[in-house]
Amino acid sequence: MSLDYTNDSAAAEALIKEVLDAYPEKSGKRRAKHLAVAKPTDEAGTTGCGVKSNIKSIPGVMTIRGCAYAGSKGVVWGPVKDMVHISHGPVGCGQYSWSQRRNYFNGTVGIDSFVTMQVTSDFQERDIVFGGDKNLDAMIDELDVMFPLNKGISIQSECPIGLIGDDIEAVAKKKHKETGKTIVPVRCEGFRGVSQSLGHHIANDAIRDWVFEKGVPEFETGPYDVNLIADYNIGGDAWPSRKLLEEMGLRVIGMWSGDATLAEMARAPKAKLNLIHCYRSMNYICRHMEEKYGISWVEYNFFGPTQIAASLRKIAAQFDETIQANAEKVIAKYQGLVDSIVAKYKPRLDGKQVMLYVGGLRPRHVANAYEDLGMKIVGTGYEFGHNDDYQRTGHYVKEGTLIYDDVTGYELEKFIEKIRPDLVGSGIKEKYATQKMGVPFRQMHSWDYSGPYHGYDGFAIFARDMDMAINSPVWSKFKAPWKAA
Amino acid sequence: MPQSAEKTKDHVSLFKEPEYTEMFADKKAKFECRPSDEAVAAQAEYTKTWEYREKNFAREKAVINPAKACQPLGAVFAAQGFEETMPYVHGSQGCVAYFRSHLARHFKEAVPCVSDSMTEDAAVFGGLTNIVDGLQNSYTLYKPKMIAVSTTCMAEVIGDDLSAFIATAKEKESVPADFAVPFAHTPSFVGSHTTGYDNMIKGVLNYFWDREKGELKAGATNGKINIIPGFDGYAVANNRELKRYLDTMGVDYTFISDVSDIYDTPSDGTYRMYDGGTKLDDVRDAINAKATIGLQHYCSEKSLEYIGTKGQATTSFHYPMGVGATDALLMKISELSGKAIPDSIEKERGRLVDAMADSQAYLHGKKVAVFGDPDFVYAMATFLLEMGCEPTHCLSTNGGKDWAAKMEALFATSPFGAGCKAYAGKDLWHMRSLLFTEPTDLLIGSSYGKYLEKDTGIPLIRLTFPIFDRHHHHRFPTMGYQGALRVLVEILDRIFEVTDAASDISYDLTR
Repeated sequence: MSLDYTNDSAAAEALIKEVLDAYPEKSGKRRAKHLAVAKPTDEAGTTGCGVKSNIKSIPGVMTIRGCAYAGSKGVVWGPVKDMVHISHGPVGCGQYSWSQRRNYFNGTVGIDSFVTMQVTSDFQERDIVFGGDKNLDAMIDELDVMFPLNKGISIQSECPIGLIGDDIEAVAKKKHKETGKTIVPVRCEGFRGVSQSLGHHIANDAIRDWVFEKGVPEFETGPYDVNLIADYNIGGDAWPSRKLLEEMGLRVIGMWSGDATLAEMARAPKAKLNLIHCYRSMNYICRHMEEKYGISWVEYNFFGPTQIAASLRKIAAQFDETIQANAEKVIAKYQGLVDSIVAKYKPRLDGKQVMLYVGGLRPRHVANAYEDLGMKIVGTGYEFGHNDDYQRTGHYVKEGTLIYDDVTGYELEKFIEKIRPDLVGSGIKEKYATQKMGVPFRQMHSWDYSGPYHGYDGFAIFARDMDMAINSPVWSKFKAPWKAA
Repeated sequence: MPQSAEKTKDHVSLFKEPEYTEMFADKKAKFECRPSDEAVAAQAEYTKTWEYREKNFAREKAVINPAKACQPLGAVFAAQGFEETMPYVHGSQGCVAYFRSHLARHFKEAVPCVSDSMTEDAAVFGGLTNIVDGLQNSYTLYKPKMIAVSTTCMAEVIGDDLSAFIATAKEKESVPADFAVPFAHTPSFVGSHTTGYDNMIKGVLNYFWDREKGELKAGATNGKINIIPGFDGYAVANNRELKRYLDTMGVDYTFISDVSDIYDTPSDGTYRMYDGGTKLDDVRDAINAKATIGLQHYCSEKSLEYIGTKGQATTSFHYPMGVGATDALLMKISELSGKAIPDSIEKERGRLVDAMADSQAYLHGKKVAVFGDPDFVYAMATFLLEMGCEPTHCLSTNGGKDWAAKMEALFATSPFGAGCKAYAGKDLWHMRSLLFTEPTDLLIGSSYGKYLEKDTGIPLIRLTFPIFDRHHHHRFPTMGYQGALRVLVEILDRIFEVTDAASDISYDLTR
């Protein structure tokens, strides 16, 4: 169902030049390396999306990026539901990230699940002066009194921890000895690295160092055991994904980390195969499991029917003919649903232009889902992508697509103003400025409080939401009628 | 198959379908290693007990669900209230992503703000290079009239000196020498967002009154009254409502930070990065005002003290909401300006009192728990007492001993305050225990209260920042007589909804 089109390379090049001219010379030169136009398709069938990435943001330009703490607490650890996650440091980081990522879960909040809580050591000046280790020690005891059914505690470091020389690892070891519970110190101070990305990596390493081989619940392995890795269950995304995998006969023994329990994390090395959705945030632990336990891993994409079908076949190819036949049955089972969604929405969305600016995997992963509905991607970029993300992007986007890495507020506003796409998919910080310009918008981090978007069930919601945004009657009311001429 | 193109089910209903509920049960039984349902039920019951409450209140280190944010959030909010001003935060960039998101989720508006993205090398060598580059880039790209600098805890821990850094940046021509770059040190490990608000207001005044052209002294009075609104999620409507009163009274005034335009920009095809705000010339001239009023005492203590050093009269209120608090504000403005309170305003007052009299039977003796910033909680308790309600549990995570003492003094002024208590420095997990052991009829606070509502069944009324899960509340005032009327109606609506749902027999058409 892949659409055949190219975008206007010359116009995109001119636009890049225009925005770069607005910068002071030094900063313009630095930004130039992050902006590009996708080159014509090469022999391998990919477009060149080469930009510099994973480099420090330039001061004062209004980067959209977050920090390592956001990558660890906000992304990787926060969704693990039966652990208490301490935002260790001053109150703000935990407060602003409290319940904002919509990592859905089943459980009783404050009793056996703690995802939508903000637990913090609320650092005061004396903690900065005298250190926070003693209080952390006492705090862990208090949390066990308050929440005796917790299965473990993670310590998510905020900026001051690394600067004042606290030894949270020592506290974690001591408390583990005393309580027998899993205590995970995470060195995800916000000043580390250049974006959320290093936080993912540090959080992955913490799983390796403080969860694996530290006791696994009794478990009988099977031939079709897989882990569903790096789906954070935003708006429930991981659940339709799990359903598809189970329908094709696989057994999901761990969901990481949306709706996850600590047991699901600890058991993971017993799987036959790791299935990874958000490559950016959890490739590290997959590589580790491959090296250490010989578990291979497969990237998949459950956005939109084209990619879902391709992914189901790719996953099935790792198993026997029964699973492969099942995959075909699953694809066939949902074909009617797919046809009816496309029949309903494609006429309303055909040819509409989309600009994306998101994190993780979505700047590329959702491209085909839009194309399944007849829409075209004219620009895309990553908040915190690396080289390997941009290489993978070449498989998804067409020649002439505008590519922007770590885009600045200024650049994004200008790009949107000049291109005037029919839809922008980005985050809460970008939403309102875009809408004021009269350009429809969907938040593509939180699904704008909708979802799930994964799987076939999710595709129906995705299509409905994009149609809602683009075809809302409100966009026609922007100009006062007495000014219309 | 639960899904279809015709009747698309999203997360609200999709996960109630058997395909999903069965999957959840299977996952739980086979893979999750959860505590038993009995253990969960027992613990849930236990958390409702007095014994648990005592353990909960014995907590000294763990903070659970606090109702406060950190200093730079307040500084960014304050900075946005000045004409064409770019808030600039010196330190880690993630903080700025959080401030922008947090404010945008409440106001449903873009929140321009830059960071100078300090990382490991800045942690070692300091952030001077970041500020030199950062000021130049923001000035060139976003063309502000002023850049207001605050700090994250990272910059504070390593001890960066903003005054010296900004001076160096000006020497290096990052921005013109006469370009306004006020600053405030805003460590997040001291105070809360209300402290940061105060520090930034003081920083801006200090720039124009003491640094721009040397130390100024007040000149001939300009006849105006300065108003410092404080950190207020309803500032959009409240500032406008107060201006209406001041205009009606014929009082000349200057709002020191006014976010009512920037947090309420129109959709007409143009994105306004800057809109409205206090004119910089008005800030310069504000030193010559007759007096300055802080609408929220705990958001303006340092600023008012500083203004006092310039020989100006200052006074502060606790978020003027309700009859008496509005009376006091208007009388103070009248006293300071020499302008009378006109009949039209007195009539508005009468209409509010009329509404309260009409509805008093439904309010009398209702027990209410309140949480939020110290000034808001004081105001809400005051108004509740006026309505014959009992503000039973008044909790402020960022309230101190001084606030608690003021609250106790307030309770003592009314028979309805007899069983009421103030909880300074406590969090919403404490509030949960209070609500289970000593239940109230209503809970008033921010969106964070929804978890308490869910657990305890006590209806929540959202009347303070942040409100993420209801739209547009902040577009209508809570201050003044009109604001009080609106607050009254919100409380009544909730009471009537609860009554309607409570009994089929008393499902009355008229109340």
